[in-house]
Order: sequence, then structure tokens, then C-alpha cells
Amino acid sequence: MSDLVRRTAADLADALAAGETTSVELTEAHLDRIAAVDGDVHAFLHVDREGALEQARASDERRAAGRPAGPLDGVPVAVKDVLATKGLPTTCGSKILEGWVPPYDATLVTRLREAGLPILGKTNMDEFAMGSSTEHSAYGPTHNPWDLDRIPGGSGGGSAAAVAAFEAPLAIGTDTGGSIRQPGAVTGTVGVKPTYGGVSRYGLVALANSLDQAGPVTRTVLDAALLHEVIGGHDPLDSTSVDQPVPPVVEAARQGAAGDMKGVRIGVVKELTGEGYQHGVQARFDESVQLLVDAGAEVVEVSCPSFVHALAAYYLILPSEASSNLAKFDAMRYGLRVYPEGVEDPSAEEVMRATRDAGFGDEVKRRIILGTYALSSGYYDAYYGQAQKVRTLIGRDFASAFESADVLVSPTAPTTAFKLGEKLDDPVAMYLNDIATIPANLAGVPGLSVPSGLADEDALPTGFQVLAPALADDRLYRVGAALEAALLDRWGGPLLDKAPALAEKETVR
Amino acid sequence: MPEITREEVRHLADLARIDLSDAELDHLAPQLAVILDSIRSISDVAADDIPPTSHPLPLTNVFREDVARPGLTAEEALSGAPQVEDHRFAVPRILGEE
Repeated sequence: MSDLVRRTAADLADALAAGETTSVELTEAHLDRIAAVDGDVHAFLHVDREGALEQARASDERRAAGRPAGPLDGVPVAVKDVLATKGLPTTCGSKILEGWVPPYDATLVTRLREAGLPILGKTNMDEFAMGSSTEHSAYGPTHNPWDLDRIPGGSGGGSAAAVAAFEAPLAIGTDTGGSIRQPGAVTGTVGVKPTYGGVSRYGLVALANSLDQAGPVTRTVLDAALLHEVIGGHDPLDSTSVDQPVPPVVEAARQGAAGDMKGVRIGVVKELTGEGYQHGVQARFDESVQLLVDAGAEVVEVSCPSFVHALAAYYLILPSEASSNLAKFDAMRYGLRVYPEGVEDPSAEEVMRATRDAGFGDEVKRRIILGTYALSSGYYDAYYGQAQKVRTLIGRDFASAFESADVLVSPTAPTTAFKLGEKLDDPVAMYLNDIATIPANLAGVPGLSVPSGLADEDALPTGFQVLAPALADDRLYRVGAALEAALLDRWGGPLLDKAPALAEKETVR
Repeated sequence: MPEITREEVRHLADLARIDLSDAELDHLAPQLAVILDSIRSISDVAADDIPPTSHPLPLTNVFREDVARPGLTAEEALSGAPQVEDHRFAVPRILGEE
């Protein structure tokens, strides 16, 4: 393994600026690493060696001419397969989109290209981002680099595993109920869900429009901030995009890393700790809170009583929106078309039924049916209507908590990574993974997960979640970077140094 | 609140245009009942006077200048189609015989 792949994106950017390496060299190093370990990890659904190297060569030319497109020009990135990439297959982890090559780029992808980041490939995910383990990918699960028999989280397990396995220094995820933060927690990496509308959703294949948000997946808080600055900001092509400048996230990450937390009020959310949280997860969380106190922060306990209903509200709102969104897969304009067996001259509707049965996996079917149920007349008020009211209550809980605290904190996920297959046919157990991350999506507030250590009982990574008021994303980075710095000091190096080495397959180029 | 029955799941799948086999119905119907059971508690949480929230941040209509912008070409729009004929999407029959 080349030493280059273990370095942070910020470090690589400095090395590029100083002329110590080239984009071609480090893009090749990452492509080699993917070739060597991705057979076991399966973080990628598609690797674009030629395209990435071509973009790397263009980046090196810009640097040589003294005109880099930005600080990260030349640092490669991996993109979750739910974002449209012109000329690169985009499947959303579904058979129904197998082989689909979008004729356009998502705005976020356009921004990556304009900033000069070579795109290594597309990362694995639960089908249409429905899941917490990547086991619902139609192309097989991703494996957690800490233990290949365990889940990498989901839905963005591919992006998290890619950065944890040093296959990419940076990746893009999307977070509808925790799909950036929960994989971050269980793979010992950093993930940020920006404020709703902070990053354009144009070209992001919608799961639930009112909840979806794309964001950075990285190994350090500063790297996440650097990537956030590239992808964030207003986009006229997304009517829900926030028309305001990106908060000063890089500055906040640097300020936080200096370690001074004086004057910062940290709110521990009573409903998101204690019962239901694995012992080692809770222990690392409590230590992390103490480290922030040692750095000068003030701690208060806050109560958000409606959070106990967040999961139920989410599993009504999300399927309702998803069932409408996925109606577009009708076998007519793009994607799979399957003709029903034994039917002569089938109608468009019969073809649509057969296609959707063959093209969608179990979890997608479950959620479409659930959403159809929640929206049907007679049940609408009792389910969808009530869920929307609970959403109001959760927003009010946040507003009142942020009166006494600048940020709220909790463990990111209630447990460490579980074994592949363990919860596959127990949807409710699977849904409980997102219990701490879902409230932020319902209220649109930003959230970050940063590694907090390893649980004593299984030596697997745990995550620390920070939540901030809408549009105050910079606070996540300040607190996240301060905790990261304090923990690095204790550990004597990054948490990922403790991960077992992956077997590298010999590759011939 | 009524239970969700196997027949109801079949009907919902029909509304959602998904052919479910008997084996799939056997597999999915009980799971859906368990999921519904776990979210049932929500039906009496919020009082009548609580307004619903459809969207996390306040939204207003967004307008743009009414000027032509480049879009997809016909080739691009058709590039992912399962079947194309005469520069159009080719689809199975829409109407029945009668």
C-alpha cells in the first residue's frame, strides 16, 4: 500500500500545492488500492480508472500552469451511486436501474468536477438508500473494513467503507435518516449531513424529498469541511436549495482543532442516551463529553420529549414520499423493462407490474406498500397527518433545546457494527439503528458524526453525534474538530490505525 | 386501528403496480404488520391544534426569468429507454381490446 493513501485530503492538497506529488500519482495510488482490497470490501459498484486518470492529468496541467481550480484540485473522490454522473453508470443499488448511464450530472457532481476532484467511481448503497447496512443493495453488501463479516452501516456503507479502507481520501454520501452519519459511526470515519437545502439535490435520485441531504464522508473533520465548501451553496436548479452562503466550515474546523471550547454550551439529549445504547457506545460517549468539558465547554442536559416518536413519524413520512417518488420507475422511459410471463401482448400496466416486481428488492417493496397504505384514504389522517404533526413537535423540541445549548450531542448509533445477515429479515430491528440520527432529518438541522473510540466489549468503532441549529453547520465542525483533536491526543494517532490490515491482492497493471 | 391483512397487502401492491407472487405475499405481509404495529403509537400523539409540517424549512415559490436554457437533446432523453422507435419512446399497448 502506498503511504499516499493513508494521508488526509488536507495533507494531500498541501502536497499537491508544494509540488511533492501529482494528481496522477495519487489517483493511481488510490485506484491500485481499490484493485487490491475492493474484492473483499466491495465498496464500489463501478470504478472509472480511465476517467479518473484523465481528470487527474488535467488537474496536473492546471497546477503546472499555476491555475489550480481550488484547494482540493487533484484530490480524488468517490461518489455514492445515488447521484447522477454523466457518462458513468448510476444504479442506486437497484436492478431496476442496472446499466443506466445518466445524460446529465447532478449539480454536486458538476461542482466536484469544476473544483478539479477526479472521480474514482461510484459507491455501493442500500437500494434507493433504503437501509442501514448496505445489505439491501441488489449488487451484494459492502463489508466493514474493521471486520469483513460485519455491516458498514447504511445506506452509504460504500462511501464510508471506501474512506475507512483507504480506497478514497474523500467520498460523497446522502443522508435521509442517518445514511451518512451511521456508516461513519460504525466504520470509524467522519460524516456530515448539512442543513437541509445546504447542498443541492438536483441530480440526487430522490428517496424522500423533504429529508434527503448530500454531504461529505471523510476520515477527518477538516477534510469534511473542505469538501463541504466545494459541494455546498445555492443552486437555482433545486427550488429547496438555501439561498445563502455556505457557513464558514473550514475556518470553524481549524478553530475547533485549536482546542478551546470556552463559552460553548453542549446539550446532552436525555432521550438519546442510556437505555437501548450498547455499553461501550455509551462509555465512549460519556468520555467524549468529559473531554469537551476539559476543553472548557459547559454541559447541560436537555430534554426533547417528542424524539421518542421520531422513528414512527419517519417510517410514515419516508415511505409516503418514497412510494410517490418511485412511481417514476414505470419501465417506459429508462431503466429495466420486464414482460410478464405467459401473457400475450401485455399492456403497459402489466409490463409495469412485472418490471417493478422483478426490479425492486424486498425493502423497497415493503416501503412502497407502507407508503401506499399511509397515504390511502381512511388512513391518511391517522398516519401521514399525525406524522406531520409529530414533525412539528420535533422541530419545537429542537428550538427549545437550542435556547439552552449551542449544540446537542448523543451517540450516533445505538450499537457498533452488527454481523451481516443478522437483521436482514427483521425490519423493525434494522430501523432502530437510526433512532438517534432521524430527528435531525425531520427538523432539517445539520448533524455530524466523529469517531469516539472502540467499544470495550467488541473493539469496534463508536460514533459521537453533534447537532446544530439550521444554517449553523459551522458549529458542528468547531465542536467535532475539538473532540477529534482531544481524542487523537489520547490515542496517539488516528483511530483507523487500530483497524486490522486488509489483505492486498497482487495486481498487475 | 385495523390490522393489515394479506389481502390488503395484495390490494396495496396492486395500487402501487407491483406484481407480488404468493410466496412474496407470505414473506412480506407479516413483516408489514409488525412494522405497522411499531408505528401505531403515533396515531394519538399530537393534539388537533398542532399544525402539520411538510417540509423542514419554510419554503416560498421560486421563480426564474422566462428565458430559454439548454436542455437534453432528443438523443440524450432517449438514451436510457428500454425501447425506441422513430425517435420516440416505444411502449406496450395502453388500451385493452374492448
